[in-house]
Amino acid sequence: MTEVQTFVDQYGAAKAVLPGAGLPWLASLREQGIERFAALGFPTRNMEAWRYTNVRPLQKVAFAPAEPAEGVQIAVDHGAAHRLSFVNGRFRPDLSNVGDLPAGVVLTSLATVLAEDPESLKDHLGAAAEDDGESFLALNTALMADGYVLRIGRGVVVEDPIEMLFIGAASDKSVAYHLRNLIVAEEGSAAVIVEDHIGHGEGAYFSNGATEVFAGPGARLKHYKLQDEARAAFHLHGAFVRLDRDSAYESFVLSLGARLSRNEIRTVLNGTGSECFLNGAYVVADEQHVDNTTFIDHATPHTDSREVYKGVLDDKARAVFQGTIMVRPDAQKINGHQLNRALLLSDKAEIDAKPALEIYADDVKCSHGATAGELDDDALFYLRARGIPEQQARRMLIEAFLDDVIDEITHPTVRDAFRDKVSAWLAARHEEDR
Amino acid sequence: MAAVTETVEQVQAVADGKYKYGFVTDIEADTAPKGLNEDIIRFISAKKNEPEWLLDWRLKAYRHWLKMPEPEWAMVDFPPIDYQDAYYYSAPKSDTDGPKSLDEVDPELLRTYEKLGIPLQEQERLAGVAVDAVFDSVSVATTYKKKLEEVGVIFCSMSEAVENHPDLVREYLGSVVPYSDNKHATLNSAAFTDGSFVYVPKGVRCPMELSTYFRINAANTGQFERTLIIADEGSYVSYLEGCTAPMRDENQLHAAVVELVALDDAEIKYSTVQNWYPGDENGVGGIYNFVTKRGACRGRNSKISWTQVETGSAITWKYPSCILQGDNSVGEFYSVAITNNYQQADTGTKMIHIGKNTSSTIIAKGIAAGKSNSTYRGLVKIQPGAKGARNYTQCDSLLIGDKCGAHTVPYIESRNRSGRVEHEATTAKIGEDQMFYCQQRGLSEEEAVALIVNGFCKEVLQELPMEFAVEAQKLVGISLEGSVG
Repeated sequence: MTEVQTFVDQYGAAKAVLPGAGLPWLASLREQGIERFAALGFPTRNMEAWRYTNVRPLQKVAFAPAEPAEGVQIAVDHGAAHRLSFVNGRFRPDLSNVGDLPAGVVLTSLATVLAEDPESLKDHLGAAAEDDGESFLALNTALMADGYVLRIGRGVVVEDPIEMLFIGAASDKSVAYHLRNLIVAEEGSAAVIVEDHIGHGEGAYFSNGATEVFAGPGARLKHYKLQDEARAAFHLHGAFVRLDRDSAYESFVLSLGARLSRNEIRTVLNGTGSECFLNGAYVVADEQHVDNTTFIDHATPHTDSREVYKGVLDDKARAVFQGTIMVRPDAQKINGHQLNRALLLSDKAEIDAKPALEIYADDVKCSHGATAGELDDDALFYLRARGIPEQQARRMLIEAFLDDVIDEITHPTVRDAFRDKVSAWLAARHEEDR
Repeated sequence: MAAVTETVEQVQAVADGKYKYGFVTDIEADTAPKGLNEDIIRFISAKKNEPEWLLDWRLKAYRHWLKMPEPEWAMVDFPPIDYQDAYYYSAPKSDTDGPKSLDEVDPELLRTYEKLGIPLQEQERLAGVAVDAVFDSVSVATTYKKKLEEVGVIFCSMSEAVENHPDLVREYLGSVVPYSDNKHATLNSAAFTDGSFVYVPKGVRCPMELSTYFRINAANTGQFERTLIIADEGSYVSYLEGCTAPMRDENQLHAAVVELVALDDAEIKYSTVQNWYPGDENGVGGIYNFVTKRGACRGRNSKISWTQVETGSAITWKYPSCILQGDNSVGEFYSVAITNNYQQADTGTKMIHIGKNTSSTIIAKGIAAGKSNSTYRGLVKIQPGAKGARNYTQCDSLLIGDKCGAHTVPYIESRNRSGRVEHEATTAKIGEDQMFYCQQRGLSEEEAVALIVNGFCKEVLQELPMEFAVEAQKLVGISLEGSVG
């Protein structure tokens, strides 16, 4: 069992040795975090934001603090131009390759910055991740140990994707780690960030992550994430995004793994002309639970958002989609569109969707659409009538269903890589069915 | 023992007319003392000669109600309700057992109706409409009863039904909305004073539209109407409900409960036009309309259809729902909600698919003007056994002015792969080109808005029975007066 007190005790034991210990501003941030967490406790289904996701299974596992897993060796594809790797939440220089980055770009680990230049974080750490009753964020703030820090200087464009590899290495002991990432893109800069969250081994672990993103005026960020954690893992991540004028943020989350995962993205369109695209796909089976929760806050006029999430559920899997588009008073000339669709392949699967519009200005065009259902019988018949076996026809239709949303990824190599991931997942499934 | 003695004394005191409170119209009403407690409930029950089981049921509800927290999830904002600062029983005073025809009705009462523009005599002559007028809490006139009796339709006040058809009431009361359902419905279960009761026997198609006009008239009297409609196998009934209330400055609580039961092959169509006093342009006064409406499609091939036009009330909190139990049953919800000035509306529906091949349609149109807030909140739930269930939902919001808010909060829960759920929602303002087009053809700004909004609502308005459709169209225009320019 993991109680609230378990983490409070872990904090008490670790606070003297956590990265940045001794920095008064950070210590007070951590103190506030643990107090908030102790006050809030674990979210329950009585809370509107957690209505469909039950974190009891997580509480039932006893989590110990993660230790640097030096021994874990993973074959890393060294083709990537820029890569940082983390094992159990700790930076692993031996598996990383920062590569040749243009001048004005900083790519390193949070622990390194806290050791070498902590003051450079003061303005941003905790500035976007607003504490409005999110207990896992509060816990993360208290116990954050490492993560990546990416700073892109004014006008700098990083051409190659920057890859972040997060490996959850299960051992005989279930561990919890609290990743904290920071992206600061200054005026007119651009970068492509790819996060891979993968599992190594079969055991349970808990990846509690928070990423803060600041896009300066005119900055353009593409932020892609693959969640392919071990099947026994828990993955609860929040991304908190602040967009200045004329900036653009594109996000895609592909969820394949974990026993219980939640990706929450909160975007504030905080300058005129800013736009965000939040997309995602999930393919889940067995007793997996995947939750995608997004909040798009149109705080200023002339801002646009577009969101598409699609997913496939088999066996007893459960998916949750909660998406809110908020338009603040006087935020006129807004376009906000959202779509989520779910394909149910089994009678035991369940989809819960809650797309919401909250609108306080009148000159807006906002819409959302949501569907849930099974494969189209007519389409299936059409394919079978042309001699395609049923299993194969089903797979084609599922792939086509997901292709639609994967096409939203504007970076071609990432798009292909994600598509391959989905195909591989379906192919493995297809083999099982034979 | 003391409490009982006290109650008896109070009943006596009321009967002697010692408790007299100012009424807007000059009708002497029997009114229970202010506040709510077990004695008041006993008083209401005693006044209505209710059987023991009903009193027990009321008390059970009351005790449960005390333990329930106020629902706070809706997007409405109002000061906490002081339940002790209201009267829970008031009945227009009658000489003996109440009037048997219009001639016996207190002329003062009839004049109030005329002021409201719905003289009963005219209503009576309106072809095919039987009016069961509820003035405050006790039915004072029921018409067309004979004609209905010929075909076996029971259409009477709830009090009469308790007296004359106790078995039916006992079987179905609380079977759709249980006494413990929600804070407001539970209060109603404890303190309901009257309402309408309809029973349509097997295979009967009700020969006319049934309608009830609810009026709130006595100051500070919460209205707790209880309506129960049962459509037996193969029957059909269309029920109309419309409301107006005179101007008043204090918020009035209205917590009604409507229960519909449709058995095999039966169909119930329930239409509402609600234009209660919404408060003035500064948001002072107005009705709190916290209503629980729910229908159970219990039988195979049954159908329940809700149509509502909500233009009144300071706060509307209302979710007419369908429980689609029977295989092939159908649920429909057509809604127009218009808010202006400081009105707040949080309304929508729940469609619970349990039976096979059940289908539901939701069309909701919200129009917000002034400084008002309008929310659609709905749930579509497909249970594991609801093979082949089908839902289509469309929610559109229209914003008039930049100080209002329009919100859409749908919940979709599907647990069956063969269930198909489709939901669409849009929010926009009236197109400038539409306005230009209308004004360029000589319509005033206000006329143009009324025309465009009526077009926007057409899908819903056309679902209303003829008698209401005309009234509703006018209402749409009236409700939005002063919202432009």
